[in-house]
Amino acid sequence: MSNVLVFFDELGETLTPAQKELIAQAAALGEVHIAVAAYDGDPTPVLAVNGVQEVYLPEVSLPAPEVAIVDLLETSVAESRAVVVLGSSTADATDALARLAVRLDTGLISGAASITADLVVTKSELAGSYTTTSRLVSAAAPAQPLVVTFKPNNIDPQRVDTLVTEGEQPEVNVLPVRPSVGGVEIEERTAMEVSARPALAEARIVVAGGRGTDGDFTPLEELADELGAGLGASRAATDAGWIEHAAQVGQTGVTVSPQLYISAGISGAVHQRAGMQTAGTIVAINKDEDAQVFEIADFGVVGDLHEVIPQMIEELRRRKG
Amino acid sequence: MVNAPLHIITLVKWVPDAQLERRYNAEGRIDRSEGVLSELDEYPLEAALQIKEAAPDREIRVTALTMGPAGASTAAKKALQIGADDAYQLTDDDLIGADIWATSVALKAAVETVTGAAEFDSGEPEYLVLTGMASEEGESGALPAQLAERLGAHVVTYATALDLEAERLVVTRSGGTESQRVAVSMPAVVSVTDQVNDPRYPNFKAIMAAKKKPLTRFTLADIGLRREHVEAKVRVLTTAARPPRTAGEIITDEGDAGVKIVEFLAKERLL
Repeated sequence: MSNVLVFFDELGETLTPAQKELIAQAAALGEVHIAVAAYDGDPTPVLAVNGVQEVYLPEVSLPAPEVAIVDLLETSVAESRAVVVLGSSTADATDALARLAVRLDTGLISGAASITADLVVTKSELAGSYTTTSRLVSAAAPAQPLVVTFKPNNIDPQRVDTLVTEGEQPEVNVLPVRPSVGGVEIEERTAMEVSARPALAEARIVVAGGRGTDGDFTPLEELADELGAGLGASRAATDAGWIEHAAQVGQTGVTVSPQLYISAGISGAVHQRAGMQTAGTIVAINKDEDAQVFEIADFGVVGDLHEVIPQMIEELRRRKG
Repeated sequence: MVNAPLHIITLVKWVPDAQLERRYNAEGRIDRSEGVLSELDEYPLEAALQIKEAAPDREIRVTALTMGPAGASTAAKKALQIGADDAYQLTDDDLIGADIWATSVALKAAVETVTGAAEFDSGEPEYLVLTGMASEEGESGALPAQLAERLGAHVVTYATALDLEAERLVVTRSGGTESQRVAVSMPAVVSVTDQVNDPRYPNFKAIMAAKKKPLTRFTLADIGLRREHVEAKVRVLTTAARPPRTAGEIITDEGDAGVKIVEFLAKERLL
């Protein structure tokens, strides 16, 4: 069995679904070691998971974009003797892992979907139109660990729950890493409004609206809440200011790969499709029967979303009874 | 005190047009025979021009740097038309199949060559590298951090606003769960999102003026590198086109489509 180092740029009171999924990916490869950069209080109870052996912490919490996170990772790699380092493909984690790969003089594969015991990585490329496999050139005798970032939603959540179960508290190693001085200073930080809905990139179901909403997202919000879904939008809708930019699904926004994607009032141009075409099932509602989204929808309704969605909500509630 | 001159290098990339079909060739590499200036790279260029225009008393030069095949000169020329002062194109057959490791090695040497060659009237310049939030075909967004690590520069990614002060750049960015205002000193590598500005279009006058601007082409040897310096660390083993999605059942709403969608979801066990 090999050792695997998992990197969490921040750790809250519970593991997020994406963090659980990373532990599941790592546990399939070997003994799991975890490095945590930013944390509050004692993070070990949260990390009491079967398969997790060691945890590495800095002397004080290191919130991104603190560059000392790379020192933490470098030391953690040496301590854990990991053959592979896994993290999420979010901005802050990618920044730290990309720098780590330079320091270790090793390869980086980003946006992965899965990894085998031979450290062959599968990922989706060109907006989901290709699947590639790749690995270190020196795979036969790697001098340094491979660094990989993962997109979420590659393992079924129920399966993750069977794989990631509560275990004994891991051993904690506090490493002599402290914040850097100068260079990059955080002058102000504002917590973003925390939505009760699941994060868009991680949501199992996504409900997204476009121009056809005419600026009123209320029915979509209601449907999202009924389904426990994340809420997304087309660029036309975010550019119009109808919904915050962070909700944009597409080439220049968030790429989602949920089990179910419900598209309402979105024409489905290439840039939008690039952000959602790897969804498991696509349901589309659009007034225009020629809308491009119908070319890729598993189930499509030519109709007015303002009538169809309220009826959906009513039917969902009736079934829940 | 007169502020030191500033050399802004914007990285621009020639990418396959996302509006057209994009594919891998038989060697497991993205087919780059046809392309455009990456839409995401218009934002750092615009940001550089706005920084320059907002500081008329300071000597600021905007250089566009591109790495890619011969066709990538189109990206460099477009950058000159939009408003870059000069442009550099790094082309070398040994860079074909470069992974991010090799790309950041080559770009580090290219940035150092470009900054080393530039002459400024008002003193020793500081430099700032601006990039888009990600490349349109790779989408990893990992290049800025790798380049900064190699250059020994500071890095701030996903900027949504930039404000140049005397000795530092103040950047607004969104981290995972918070919005941050971050001050970064030079040299720095900063990536900007598509929210940072509205890129300008080149007008006829700018297109004509661009013909007189210098476009320098160099190879690996020109920037002091050899083939063994840019050998990829990661190799693509296989590429497989996903079967295209096909249309499923499309119905026209006859007053019961909402119920029918829920029935479909129940049948597919998605509820």
